[in-house]
Amino acid sequence: MLLDIRNLVQRFGTTTVLDGLTMHTSDVRALVLVGPSGGGKSTLLRILAGLDVPTAGNVAFDGEQLPRDEPSLQEYRRTVGTVFQAYNLFPHLTAMENLLLPLVHVHGLTDLEARARVREPLERFSLADHAHKRPAELSGGQKQRIAILRALVVQPKRLFLDEPTSALDPEMTAEVLDMIGELKDLGTQFVLVTHEMGFARGVADEVAFIGEGRVLAHGPPGEIIDRSDVPRVRSFFARILR
Amino acid sequence: MPRWLAHTIVVILFAALIALAFSRVNYAWNWSGVWEYRQKLLQGFGVTVALSVAALVGSTLIGILAALLVGSKNVLLEAVGRVYVELIRGTPLLVQLLIGFYVVASAVGLENRYVVGVLVLSLFSGAYMAEIFRGGLAAIPQTQRDSARAIGLTPWQSLRLVILPQAVRLVLPAVAGQFVSLIKDSSLLSVIAVSEFTLAAQEVNSFTYSTLESYLPLAAGYLLLTLPLSALSRVLERRFRYET
Ligand SMILES: Nc1ncnc2c1ncn2[C@@H]1O[C@H](COP(=O)(O)OP(=O)(O)OP(=O)(O)O)[C@@H](O)[C@H]1O
Ligand SMILES: [Mg+2]
Repeated sequence: MLLDIRNLVQRFGTTTVLDGLTMHTSDVRALVLVGPSGGGKSTLLRILAGLDVPTAGNVAFDGEQLPRDEPSLQEYRRTVGTVFQAYNLFPHLTAMENLLLPLVHVHGLTDLEARARVREPLERFSLADHAHKRPAELSGGQKQRIAILRALVVQPKRLFLDEPTSALDPEMTAEVLDMIGELKDLGTQFVLVTHEMGFARGVADEVAFIGEGRVLAHGPPGEIIDRSDVPRVRSFFARILR
Repeated sequence: MPRWLAHTIVVILFAALIALAFSRVNYAWNWSGVWEYRQKLLQGFGVTVALSVAALVGSTLIGILAALLVGSKNVLLEAVGRVYVELIRGTPLLVQLLIGFYVVASAVGLENRYVVGVLVLSLFSGAYMAEIFRGGLAAIPQTQRDSARAIGLTPWQSLRLVILPQAVRLVLPAVAGQFVSLIKDSSLLSVIAVSEFTLAAQEVNSFTYSTLESYLPLAAGYLLLTLPLSALSRVLERRFRYET
């Protein structure tokens, strides 16, 4: 995907969260957003995912402008997938019902077709045995992996993942990150917000450092994480990588 | 000690206490007079059940409407909802019944006191229902709405498939509790001469001069209705807790 963001501004009341953010990626499969808390990563991701409309500015994926009106945005959201930090699944439905819901109600598959569609992915990610459970009966890692699957089985153009592991303990974090790594190998494109720098280094084609509502650094992971010449960026990684 | 045993012991202790009180005042029981009027009491009981069920349906509808009004983005509609809820919850049902029957109903020429009774009771209980429904909707976390939008649901689909199924589960225990209140509150309809359970007991008392024999069956009758509902409310509450 080629992501082209120009002068993106997002204000909530009087606070300016995104302050003229501009970035042009090369043709990447995995773009990772990193940066300090409150820097605007989630705000940016919500705009990219078509959930919020920016105050000003333009976003284009592969040359296609994101719409600003709600009907077109809803259409757009049906072509992408989004996973949040937690509580993605609908607690009154089983894991299977969570997977079937968008297939049946948004993409018009019959129940039978939808079940056929999810069978293989459930097997591949060893989740078939848990499909009959409600979210309350699943571990945090299983919940997130089902949520990623739910976003994936509608065959979206790309995924948006906002800190999908930051509510998980290390073991579950590993199982979710493994899944994301495997997805990349299978050809899935995604924009990922994460604090897992080791993982970011391995999976990212490009890393963008978001701070103070802007892109403070952007490039290949090694360049940004290990040897950035931007002081703000260097001190951030010096602190979190010890 | 198992819960049922504890309950049984407490009930027996209470019964013993009350029996003791009765033995101290040397009350001369006379059940035969009241027995003559059992048909009247049964009828009153039936009317109370019918009125309560009708008012439950009415107050649910009014409650949904009022919750929508209060949650509306239109300030005028919101004001209508808020004023209704606060006015009703801030005044005694007795006053509402008297004004509703002798002023409003008379003014519009509505004479059937049963209809007026059900309407006033529905309006009264509807204000509480509105707060229950609003609380239920507010308790659904924003991430659920976000997730629903993220998978491409329309606002209506999101309400139907995601928000309402969760909100209904959430409010059912409170609605069952509100129904309990409704059944007891319906006893006030006696002041506008609706022949429900309480009025029946009052009449039996005035015919027989056997006060306790008239009112004890009244208490038993209300408990017969409210205890199972309270139990249901608790079961629903527990079941929902296990689910999330
Ligand atoms: N709807 C909103 N209304 C007002 N302020 C908001 C809103 N959403 C975000 N903000 C503010 O915008 C700033 C950036 O928030 P954002 O969630 O995008 O940061 P982040 O980079 O994702 O941080 P974190 O790493 O903690 O998730 C924060 O100061 C936040 O309080
Ligand atoms: Mg965030």
